[in-house]
Amino acid sequence: MSPERRPSFVATVWLVTRKDLLIEFRSREVVYTTLFFAVACVLVFAFGFVREGIAVDDAAAGILWIAIAFSGTLALGRTFERERQNDTLRALMLAPVDRPALYVGKLVGVLLLLAAVEVIVTPLVALMFVAPLFAHPLLMGLLLATGTIGFAAVGTLFAAMLVRARSRDVLLPILLYPITIPVIIAGVRGTAALLQPQADLPIARMWLSMLVFFDIVFITLALWTFEPAMTE
Amino acid sequence: MTKLFTPLLIVTAALFAYAPFAIQNAPYESTMGLVQKIFYFHVPAWIAMFLAAMVCGIAGAIVIFAGRKDADRVAQAAAELAVVFGLMGLITGPLWGRKAWGVWWQWDARLTSALVMWLVFVAYLLLRKYGGAGSEKLSAVLALFGMANVPFVYWSVNVWRTVHPKTSVVMTLEPSMGIPFLLCSLAFVGLFAVLLAARVRLETVRGSVDELYLSLED
Repeated sequence: MSPERRPSFVATVWLVTRKDLLIEFRSREVVYTTLFFAVACVLVFAFGFVREGIAVDDAAAGILWIAIAFSGTLALGRTFERERQNDTLRALMLAPVDRPALYVGKLVGVLLLLAAVEVIVTPLVALMFVAPLFAHPLLMGLLLATGTIGFAAVGTLFAAMLVRARSRDVLLPILLYPITIPVIIAGVRGTAALLQPQADLPIARMWLSMLVFFDIVFITLALWTFEPAMTE
Repeated sequence: MTKLFTPLLIVTAALFAYAPFAIQNAPYESTMGLVQKIFYFHVPAWIAMFLAAMVCGIAGAIVIFAGRKDADRVAQAAAELAVVFGLMGLITGPLWGRKAWGVWWQWDARLTSALVMWLVFVAYLLLRKYGGAGSEKLSAVLALFGMANVPFVYWSVNVWRTVHPKTSVVMTLEPSMGIPFLLCSLAFVGLFAVLLAARVRLETVRGSVDELYLSLED
């Protein structure tokens, strides 16, 4: 690549995502630990919310999203811990490419990781709580996708900025959860609407549109603040 | 600012000294009775809290995009005040709610969004305290995101029915209630301004002491 020719935005995103996936594929550390953590979460909550063999109302929806939020925090922390060890995040920031593209690249990596977790956890919740999570696969899939994007969009920015901070492990959830409360509410309520005996589709769609709106606003904000916030 | 500080301090102190008498003399609200009088401090505390939140968010945006140190001091001072005034609102609210609703807490739109907003500023302070060097920018981003988050939290909880009294009622108050309310609101806004100015000054002085110390070491 000649020095004056920068890779395009999409090419940069792909390069960063591919790098992350390649590293992950070699060790599989984050995906295995995150997945096991999510499964353990579901089990712990199952002991709390299943009485006499029957789950409490709406428990499945809540547990699914709590498992995603918790394991998402873990995955974000681990992903950026990797960038911290050899100060590679600084190296990335020094590269002559669009800074927002670096953010999107990291975000896509986190999203793929969480998608892998959801592929396992969602059927597990459906199985253990006898919840018809696959009765409306398209709406359920869209809720999961938009919810995860919203959560990871804020999480990726915060985790990237926390790389240089002290006590980053505990600060990430402290900062992330209050901001992503709308995502959790919308995800849980939307999923619960789908899980009712007579699925309430208009309500589920309403929560879905709220998630889409949240994603747009927070990804825009993140792209806007990533560069000035990451430069020292 | 330093010129205005003393008169503002005196006016605020006078307002707070007079406030109990004004509240005492205000008539009882017909359905709620005595417990309604907590509104004279509850609502102004939230007004001051949201003022502090707005100041913090705007100062945060200036920190991110202009990188100014003085804006950072304002943001930090405002965040601390947001937590303090928010705590006042969160304590006085349930005291009234227990009497009026029969419960200390409702997962109502206004209550939940106020609590989340307050949590964001607590997180802000935790970040400032334990984040170490370089946490100024992240905290500024947090303040900005916190502001952007308010409509989402409000809307998402509002889908469940809201039980909190509407704030539009303030505009329709009788003068016998409206004037004490206005006095209390002014007192709280004045208190916010006084504390903000004092806190920013403390940080500025602390900053210059640090600079002196560093130049002495060189």
